[in-house]
Amino acid sequence: MSRTVTIEPVTRIEGHARITLQLGDQGEVQDARFHLTQFRGFEKFCEGRPYREMPALTARTCGICPVSHVLASNKACDYLLSVTIPPTAEKLRRIINLAQITQSHALSFFHLSSPDLLLGWDSDPATRNIFGVMRQDPALARDGIRLRQIGQTIIETLGGKKIHPTWVVPGGVSEALTPEKREAMLKMLPEGLEIAKRTYAFFKTLVPKFKDEATNFGTQDTMFLSLVSPEGNLEHYDGFLRIKDAQGHIVEDMVPTWEYERLVGEAVEDFSYMKFPYYKPIGYPQGIYRVGPLARLNNANSCGTPYADVALAEFHMLQESGPIASSFHYHYARLVEIIYALEMMERLLKDPDILDTRVRARARSNRDEGIGVSEAPRGTLMHHYKIDDDGLVTWVNLIIATGHNNLAMNAAIRQVADAYVDGNNLQEGMLNRVEAVIRCYDPCLSCASHAFGEMPLLIELKDAKGRVVDRLSRG
Amino acid sequence: MPPPANPASVRVVTLNIDGKDYSARADETIIEVCRENKIPIPSLCYLDGLSIWSGCRLCLVEMAGQSRLFAACSTQVAEGMTVSTNTERLQRYRRTIVELLFAERSHVCSVCVSNGHCELQFMAQKCGVDHVRVPYRQARNQVDSSHEAFRLDHNRCILCTRCVRVCDEIEGAHTWDVMGRGSDCHVITDLARPWGESDTCTGCGKCVQVCPTGALVKQGTSAGEMVKDKHFLPILARRRHAQ
Repeated sequence: MSRTVTIEPVTRIEGHARITLQLGDQGEVQDARFHLTQFRGFEKFCEGRPYREMPALTARTCGICPVSHVLASNKACDYLLSVTIPPTAEKLRRIINLAQITQSHALSFFHLSSPDLLLGWDSDPATRNIFGVMRQDPALARDGIRLRQIGQTIIETLGGKKIHPTWVVPGGVSEALTPEKREAMLKMLPEGLEIAKRTYAFFKTLVPKFKDEATNFGTQDTMFLSLVSPEGNLEHYDGFLRIKDAQGHIVEDMVPTWEYERLVGEAVEDFSYMKFPYYKPIGYPQGIYRVGPLARLNNANSCGTPYADVALAEFHMLQESGPIASSFHYHYARLVEIIYALEMMERLLKDPDILDTRVRARARSNRDEGIGVSEAPRGTLMHHYKIDDDGLVTWVNLIIATGHNNLAMNAAIRQVADAYVDGNNLQEGMLNRVEAVIRCYDPCLSCASHAFGEMPLLIELKDAKGRVVDRLSRG
Repeated sequence: MPPPANPASVRVVTLNIDGKDYSARADETIIEVCRENKIPIPSLCYLDGLSIWSGCRLCLVEMAGQSRLFAACSTQVAEGMTVSTNTERLQRYRRTIVELLFAERSHVCSVCVSNGHCELQFMAQKCGVDHVRVPYRQARNQVDSSHEAFRLDHNRCILCTRCVRVCDEIEGAHTWDVMGRGSDCHVITDLARPWGESDTCTGCGKCVQVCPTGALVKQGTSAGEMVKDKHFLPILARRRHAQ
């Protein structure tokens, strides 16, 4: 008798989703799917609005990574203006982006994923959360909260507020940096770097314990897409697109971001509101690739900051050769990126030109199409607008970082379910591993929905006629 | 605003506002006396320097001995008048009026260029509008971005007609007008031509500066960047009347 196991909603991720596992007669997994269950419609209701409102409008897709949307949107608007923004404005934008990456990665690692890593997959779900971590290891929980606070405070110092700042504008930023603000930010960074190094050292000791998960958590062969700097190094704000295949060969390199449509196609499936981007030259669904911290580190020649480069070298040693394949190591990559972000922010803040008051290029729209690409915490984020002669938006396409990983997440769920789920003997820990593999990708489904209230977890076993034969619930 | 009068020819009256006696010139309106004496009275269409419209109804006050309400902007003071400006009934009505304004068009403060500098937003805060109790109309209104320097977003217009009056009475161009009835009512430039094609618009920007919301804004502004300055208006109005 075939059955369907539903995990709904998936907990400790940003947003709402459901996982279904289709079990065969012998209890074996036949199919596994990740469903995004909410519809937002940003691409439609932005039509008709003035393009200058797009950064504030599209930032509302998310409360976790609004800065990423603000940056990609403003870059698309810069393109519409046909301006090169002042160098100081670019550096300031880079700082706010790195602060965003720091806080978002801290949220993912400490608040959402550390309960699994620290307390174990099979521990009591009632305590397997950040409060459980606080009881077990208060210092680690404090570090996580402080690190996130540092990132958020830098965003607030620069942008005026922690969430949805409007300081980044088409053509640059609206206000120059003051010496007082620079000092305030520089003061926080050493503490942040200490926390990041401490956590990284601690996590390295944990990695060997999760050998099994590292082998089974989304190790499928995929390509990796990310931005790289003109030198081929780690890049989060600008640069060119690079794609490496599973063996580490560079398939596409130094592709200008406005040519993204040559690389990325988007497919639609009827079981999810999230689109399925794929690598166009290979086609759908074989053109599977991953984005995010794992892809960025796999693609980068080096980080360009001292401690992060040491960590990057250690990251490459996680596997004998080739790009790191296991999605479990997204956690590792996130910690390396936090170190990089903190080091790079310090370098940028100490730049002699950072206090320059020329921070905004002014122009009217000089193109009818604009493309902005930046690296959000979860991966490559693409905003693409078309406008009419009066500057009103006529067409919008947003490729959210999490979307790029959609095919990979579905494949990873299938792999984990194959390895851990025994339909004849359903255990909480099995299903938590299925959820946990999704957490590795840190999907930002808030970009498609808003979380509210407490998220219970409901797993139902249904027979072929849809009758519930077993039920496991929490929350 | 009345033209400056010869003080000797104007009578002085005494009236009671919120339990306190005040002296005022007989040709003044209740709202003028209140503003002079720092008694807060909300309004969105009234603006010192422009003619009276009495459209927003936010400045309604209660008068002793009268069951109906009076618009403070269009009611002249009188000897012995007893006025209440902030009763529980008035607070309830004002909140409802502001809620209806929000429900009528699409005012999304968080992404508006006037966020943080908007009179409607301040009014909502002052009247305690934490939510809107009536369903939104959700009508999709046009944005006229054809003018080189300015933009009109009908979604954010509250039909206060300040733009119509300032253009006619101060600038003398009379570019703006009101067209349609009921929910189809909207402001237009010239004979409903795109603003950018207007023959009469001088591009002075007074309409933009007096607009209480983000309906009329400068081109090139992003969220929260549109700060308006109305200080020019009373000065300019006095000079115009003196001519």
